Amino acid sequence: MPSLGADMEAGTLVEWLKKPGDRVVRGDIIAVVETQKGAIEIEVFQTGTIETLLAATGQKIAVGAPMAFIRAEGERAPAPSAPGPAPSPVTVAPKAAAELPRVAPLVPGGGVRVSPAARRRAAELGVKVETLSGSGPGGSVTLADVEGAARAAVPSPAQAMRDVIAAAMARSNREIPHYYLGHTLDLEPALTWLAAENAKRPVPERMLYGALLIKAVARALREHPDFNGFWLDGEFRPSQRIHLGIAISLSQGGLIAPAIHDTDRLSVPEVMAALRDLVKRARKGGLRSSELSDPTITVTSLGEQGTEAVFPVIYPPQVAIVGFGMVLERPWVVAGAILPRRVIVGSLAGDHRVSDGHRGARFVTAIGRELQKPQAL
Amino acid sequence: MTDAELKRLVLDALAGVAPELDEASLAPDKSFRDQLDIDSMDFLNYVIALHEALKIDIPETDYPRLTSIDGAVGYLGQRLKSPSAG
Repeated sequence: MPSLGADMEAGTLVEWLKKPGDRVVRGDIIAVVETQKGAIEIEVFQTGTIETLLAATGQKIAVGAPMAFIRAEGERAPAPSAPGPAPSPVTVAPKAAAELPRVAPLVPGGGVRVSPAARRRAAELGVKVETLSGSGPGGSVTLADVEGAARAAVPSPAQAMRDVIAAAMARSNREIPHYYLGHTLDLEPALTWLAAENAKRPVPERMLYGALLIKAVARALREHPDFNGFWLDGEFRPSQRIHLGIAISLSQGGLIAPAIHDTDRLSVPEVMAALRDLVKRARKGGLRSSELSDPTITVTSLGEQGTEAVFPVIYPPQVAIVGFGMVLERPWVVAGAILPRRVIVGSLAGDHRVSDGHRGARFVTAIGRELQKPQAL
Repeated sequence: MTDAELKRLVLDALAGVAPELDEASLAPDKSFRDQLDIDSMDFLNYVIALHEALKIDIPETDYPRLTSIDGAVGYLGQRLKSPSAG
């Protein structure tokens, strides 16, 4: 079970899309898992043949726990009498593998009586049997008691998502020494270029200025690698690839920040197409596990109904987040004359364990510079 | 196409991007962008839905006229009669 965010502990298997004997290639979607972030398509990390499915539909699987055994190319099947090399379990975060829900052992005489089926189910559902009052013979806890308690404990989807956001942001504020920078960027050249470009395009191929902001951040990151990567095990691990996480608000409340992969290598129309697709899938379902697990930095844009500026909170284990306020029309001095000009406030929250305000300022001004030549984005 | 048919079409296009839409409480003469939680991506998808249903081009400069139900019905009726006029 891959980790789909710093705050995720487990996912519930909704459906297997492959069966034993099927050949799979790294990146194939093999299962659908329900999380607090909705139903997510799980991509396989290894090429080979599925040997055994270890998880059953409806089962809650801890992050890091194996979901299936996959036999790699050339790996021998075990002989019935003498087992050969064990196939590799599909697992992503081995250090979390031990965090399976556990049930306290029964204390003879003093504790509650629990049927074996109820105990197994309680372990799967993460229900603490010692807190239940049983309805079975002699006050024993039955399967129905466990399932009833699990249902009662399930928060609404909106509350579940709020809990996930709160956990990630609390961790961020606890662990990351943030610093903040803001700078007003001239957006007139980008918006003028965009209007001319959109006038040539049929309605479905028109672009939003958000695509230009995203591309400008991705290009600026190439020269400023201190902001692209992860803080893991006490050190910064820069990422060679640039996967911008895009904060997308959801109609039922909450938000999610999946990645546009290799953002810096896409053209602006390609970024726009990827953005449309990502927003649609974030709101209607169908996000893929890699999109949630590998953003290397996040961008948040408040849009037209927002405020002038945003002071965003870094999403761990990332080390920076870039924010944009709404587009503002302001008097602006251009070559000694005051002109009406459309501007936007770009902000950066950086992680002091990795960078400081001086380098942060250079990164923010680089984003502004990229926006001055939109045709080159 | 009658105004009533156009209004149905506009409301359907809007419901496609704002599932929480309650037609009864939506003021048709006021901007729905203030009444619904619609962002620029939702608005673009709404315009695309109108474009695909009616097969007419809608220049970006005319988008402000599509932000209320009444405005959109009036604008689209005019465009259908004389596609080259704004």
